[in-house]
Amino acid sequence: MQNRRETLKQSAVVAGLLATAGFPQFAYAAFNKAAFDAKSVQDSAKAAGATSIAESKDVTITGPDIAENGAVVPLGASTALAGVKHMMIMVEKNPSSLVAMFHVTDAVEANFSTRAKMGQSSDVYAVAIMNDGKALWAKKEVKVTLGGCGG
Amino acid sequence: MADPMRIRAQSSGDKATVRVLMSHEMESGQRKDASGKTVPAWFIQEVTAKHNGKDVFSAEWGPAVSKNPFLQFAVKGAKAGDKIAVTWKDNKGDTRTDEATVS
Repeated sequence: MQNRRETLKQSAVVAGLLATAGFPQFAYAAFNKAAFDAKSVQDSAKAAGATSIAESKDVTITGPDIAENGAVVPLGASTALAGVKHMMIMVEKNPSSLVAMFHVTDAVEANFSTRAKMGQSSDVYAVAIMNDGKALWAKKEVKVTLGGCGG
Repeated sequence: MADPMRIRAQSSGDKATVRVLMSHEMESGQRKDASGKTVPAWFIQEVTAKHNGKDVFSAEWGPAVSKNPFLQFAVKGAKAGDKIAVTWKDNKGDTRTDEATVS
């Protein structure tokens, strides 16, 4: 007969297996909350698994020099390097700096664009986390005339 | 159920550029309503894409992605006629999938 402890242990194992198998209904559990809760660029890169952080010319961040409306700032992150695991877009002065994290697979290019909200003028970062745990970043300053977080 | 996404997938050479426009409020959790109460965060947390039924792309988003989010990525080896399906899931557990054909 199973006691409660064993049952709990087994369900944890099953949940773990399902999460790694990538069933959409369990993917929610894999959401990297630590990385999104981290306040600074360094912290969220670390939470995403980076061991060392360095600036790199091989990573590109695209965005406007001046954004009139902070609620929609088009930002893109790309790199031509091989062996990238994640690409992340971050806004330094937002309440939590991480905007989006893209998982790179063999089937997609490490080139993503989206639109972000920015509370105020800030540096924006593109961070590439490599398979070996190195984080490479590039930054660009974006001036915001009208903030997009409060109000 | 939320409004459908608008997906355009265009092949160029050996890859296809996929552009997606989703319809979502993307509440940041920072805003306050007229009575001074914080509006709870409500945002898309996970986006995945399939190319002919095979997982090719996934992303995690925070509340700092804009309202009615735009997303662009490129799928290698996708040709005209292939199917690209995009799924999002928000932090309330709502989900939506839409499919487009590469042109």
